[in-house]
Amino acid sequence: MSNNSANSNNLVIAQKAVKQLRLEASVRRIKVSQAAADLKTFCLQNAHKDPLLMGVPSSDNPFRPPKSCSLF
Amino acid sequence: MAAQEVQPNETLASLKTESETLKTKLEEERAKLHDVELHQVAEKVEALGQFVMKTRRTLKGHGNKVLCMDWCKDKRRIVSSSQDGKVIVWDAFTTNKEHAVTMPCTWVMACAYAPSGCAVACGGLDNKCSVYPLSLDKNENLAAKKKSVAMHTNYLSACSFTNSDMQILTSSGDGTCALWDVESGQLLQSFHGHAADVLCLDLAPSETGNTFVSGGCDKKANVWDMRSGQCVQSFETHESDINSVRYYPSGDAFASGSDDATCRLYDLRADREVAIYSKESIIFGASSVDFSLSGRLLFGGYNDYTINVWDVLKGTRVSILFGHENRVSTLRVSPDGTAFCSGSWDHTLRIWA
Repeated sequence: MSNNSANSNNLVIAQKAVKQLRLEASVRRIKVSQAAADLKTFCLQNAHKDPLLMGVPSSDNPFRPPKSCSLF
Repeated sequence: MAAQEVQPNETLASLKTESETLKTKLEEERAKLHDVELHQVAEKVEALGQFVMKTRRTLKGHGNKVLCMDWCKDKRRIVSSSQDGKVIVWDAFTTNKEHAVTMPCTWVMACAYAPSGCAVACGGLDNKCSVYPLSLDKNENLAAKKKSVAMHTNYLSACSFTNSDMQILTSSGDGTCALWDVESGQLLQSFHGHAADVLCLDLAPSETGNTFVSGGCDKKANVWDMRSGQCVQSFETHESDINSVRYYPSGDAFASGSDDATCRLYDLRADREVAIYSKESIIFGASSVDFSLSGRLLFGGYNDYTINVWDVLKGTRVSILFGHENRVSTLRVSPDGTAFCSGSWDHTLRIWA
């Protein structure tokens, strides 16, 4: 491969990297305190609907009762 | 805000300098907003009590390492794939096998259930993702109806249907992710940006819009816009391969599991890592992670055969589950959150509740 084409290849790669970084740098961000508060709120608001968190009575969880319900 | 176009007369040297400057600026901007830790915000939250989670079903039938599994939307069926080339569809309530397909390759690393429940997708060392419609007739040869959808130039590491049976998203050892039309096999969009094998992907919950996250051997987790193919956010804090990524149920964050023995939580709106789930005693890689329905619990399957259950908000481990006799390779919570399933190199799958 000639020196020129190798150089232009590196240039293209570098241009892409810079373009990508510019995009990432322009992302709008919020403070961690705000983001964390929202995560916490979501967890707490949905906690009662979370069967693995709350534990559900055996009658409501299809996996908890024994496999066979035969009486004989 | 669109990114500026790169001027044609910029030299390699100036681009490299700008690259370094932008990276530093990115870190500074992220650091400015890092005013508190997640576990501090969660200090007043009531601690979780003792958990009693046990193996409720053991699915036996694979002849070799289980590599991947997925739940059907009906909350009872499961598809799993194995190193021996077998893909099995189970009824998790009864543990009966409903379908079995033998793939023409070994190491079927990826499998997924279609949203309709009428088909499964799988692939691995064959570098493809194939879709098998599931027949109601148990005697029908599923392999005959197989449809090859995706073609990569290296192994298929993960696949997922989007919110319909019509499109599949794949990730590959060739360093790319791709979106395919199932019917025609046409490539709809490809996603370039990882510098090494992509090992995992997860689609954002449908309410959040058309994005997905991928994790790779380059230690990066990338968030992609499915329409434009653009990587919109990138996170590089893990110290080794990222084996698993999973969105937090609200879509505002995602968790990752890595060979560096940690799981981490990244918030998309704060654009940074907000929690690390680790312990000095945990030295083996995390292969697979998933959240409970409310996002409060993070389940992690590890290469030391255990499953660790983490309090997402407080950053502490609340439970450790034993049972598998080899690495846990895959783990998913059921669609209604009543149970989760783990698959292992010990050839079995376990349902825990």
